[in-house]
Amino acid sequence: MDFNFTKQQNEFREELREFLRAEVPLEKQEVFGSLTEEDYQFGREINRKLAVRNWLAIGWPEEHGGGGKGPIEQGILNEDLGYWRVPKSGSIGLGIVGPAIMVFGTQDQKDRYLGPIARGEIEYCQGFSEPNVGSDLGSLELRAERDGDEYVLNGAKMFTSYAYKADYMYLLARTDPQAQKHRGISLFIADLKTPGISLSPLPYINGEMAAQTNFDNVRLPLSCLIGEENRGWYHAMTTLDYERSGLWRYANVRRVFDDFVDFCQDSAPDGGQPLAEHPLVRHQLAQRRLGMETWKLLSWNVAWMQSSGAVPNAEASVSFLFGSEERLRFAEMAMEVLGPYSTLRHGSTMAPLLGNIEGIHREAMHLHGAGTTEIHRNIIAQRGLGMPR
Amino acid sequence: MDFGLTEQQEIMRRAAREFLEAECPTSLVRETEESADGHAPDLWRNMAELGWLGIALPEMYGGTGGSFTDQIVLFEEIGRALTPGPMLTSSVLAAQIVLIAGNDSQKERLLPGIVSGDIVLTLARGDKLETASSVDGGVTLSGDSAFVPYGGLANQIICATRPAIGAWPDTTLVLVDNQTEGVLKTPMESIANYPQHLVEFDDVALSTEDLLGEIAEGRSALDQAVQRATVVQCAETLGRAQKVLDMVVEYAGHRVAFGRPIGTFQAVQHRCADLKVAIDSSRMLTYQAAWKADQGIPAGDEVAMAKAQAGTLSRTATEAGHTIFAGISFTTEHDMQLYSARAKIAEANLGDTEYHLDQLASGMEI
Repeated sequence: MDFNFTKQQNEFREELREFLRAEVPLEKQEVFGSLTEEDYQFGREINRKLAVRNWLAIGWPEEHGGGGKGPIEQGILNEDLGYWRVPKSGSIGLGIVGPAIMVFGTQDQKDRYLGPIARGEIEYCQGFSEPNVGSDLGSLELRAERDGDEYVLNGAKMFTSYAYKADYMYLLARTDPQAQKHRGISLFIADLKTPGISLSPLPYINGEMAAQTNFDNVRLPLSCLIGEENRGWYHAMTTLDYERSGLWRYANVRRVFDDFVDFCQDSAPDGGQPLAEHPLVRHQLAQRRLGMETWKLLSWNVAWMQSSGAVPNAEASVSFLFGSEERLRFAEMAMEVLGPYSTLRHGSTMAPLLGNIEGIHREAMHLHGAGTTEIHRNIIAQRGLGMPR
Repeated sequence: MDFGLTEQQEIMRRAAREFLEAECPTSLVRETEESADGHAPDLWRNMAELGWLGIALPEMYGGTGGSFTDQIVLFEEIGRALTPGPMLTSSVLAAQIVLIAGNDSQKERLLPGIVSGDIVLTLARGDKLETASSVDGGVTLSGDSAFVPYGGLANQIICATRPAIGAWPDTTLVLVDNQTEGVLKTPMESIANYPQHLVEFDDVALSTEDLLGEIAEGRSALDQAVQRATVVQCAETLGRAQKVLDMVVEYAGHRVAFGRPIGTFQAVQHRCADLKVAIDSSRMLTYQAAWKADQGIPAGDEVAMAKAQAGTLSRTATEAGHTIFAGISFTTEHDMQLYSARAKIAEANLGDTEYHLDQLASGMEI
């Protein structure tokens, strides 16, 4: 048992923090629920600077342009970027697409796709969900038909985050409608500029502009297929396990919690005792501190498992589920403590904590990404505890 | 970073589980619970021979010199098996006080006996216990203390006392022979699986040799020992909750209703998943607290968090057990009620959830 980082890991964190202190001043840090295009571009700029230091793809092997470090260093990076509230970009390429190409891609695909991801030049979006398909992803309907040396795609993808920012989509499509449902699916990378792809705007409640991505006779060359035809489901599921710690998401929320505790200690709205000294508030802050520390440990547990060569599965769901619910508990608690002021948006001069509490409350409604909380409970019960289906 | 157990710890865990499955069946647990002194002498002797009562005590006093983390691994198993006896009270709580506060001769006199199981110590720390200076340089002990575990069985009682008005400023620890005249013990009927007593002291005269540490200097030793026992108790809670989860998952796998095993129902699965989340949370927090203490790092916040979470875990396990086993678990013949009673006792003991959240808030400088 050892809860410490190594000397080198601590040194890396110090170097990283020095970088973040210099490059990410408070006014550049993202406020929950109010990401602007400028914020996003700033995040990409930071990513490119991280790449120069070999930190952006820190966990990738050096031969693919990565930093050659392990899941613990990856965790440190994610935790600090999250805590500094650096606007997120590049994560789908770095965390999902790259690792899939490393395992299942051809040499040509590796040469073409990996470098730009590791350098922070290319943004990806993910095409898994569809208008009629969510939790039961294996039932997806978007069709990819072989036609000579091309695939022709027809159908639609739903909830495409980063659709308007991305260059490429990493997607699952049905290549064999006759096969049993998980066995007729293939994995592709599509250039979003390909004729026939169109976006219908889908504004999210967290302020992000996502899309429904429509495919109308979209022709992709065979070289866009990743891995084996009809094995896409298994390829995708394997590589989803690449980075599961969720430390970025934890730290992103933890920062606002820490700021909120400070706020409660410094603020006495009725002119009397500070908020934090009100017995009910004091109690709630302690409860959420416990929740935050638990979330942190469950997240690091996943990173540690990965560093020891294990594949966390139910453990990642434990961490993810706990995090989704803890984020909501914190948001509800903070709104209750702040009363009507908690509803003021970022930009309102009277909004406490720059409107972060209002923003995090909207963000906390995100209880579905990477599987709904109920799907995670199924995974814990069935894969973790071996309960019958 | 390494959240795994060492190979030796894994071996110890397996050995402990095998031993307890063989030597501590629930029939023995029930029998001991019914007995007056709450003690299973054969099991106690066997555990002493295995070195369990001195697992984290120094070798010079007969202990095995293991780490705090080793002790946590062992007590998870002890909790899992509902093991009866004053392990926590005597070999952890009282032993730590003696180790920290006692002088050499007290340590030599008491610790080897605690490790061999021949001596059982308990702790009285009710806030009505008072000591005052007596003319011969010793102290006079008066007042009473409730919820003293194994008050009948214990050979000696460590009393954490407040000063009488106008005397010295803080806690004084004294050692009282249980047979001393003026010590009156009244059993308290409760859901606890072990006996608890209200112990009254009628101006018991104690000499300087009965002082554990200096007058008014007992606070730190008491706090350290209580912290340690708190984390050990969290390990017991964890072991019990894990066993409840194992039992309900097994049961739900073969109990059929509406034509299929109830374990296929998501309502049942999700309850089990929530218990698993609470267990994993408790495990991380408990080992974090033990590891920190092993490193000599102050772990006040970590202990408070582990204990507060253990309370939540106890409730989650109790609810899952009684919901999934349903009707049969409402009968005394079913084992689930053994787990739920202990869960409630552990939740209330050594500071309940509210107390530890309050400690945590203080740690946050609120």
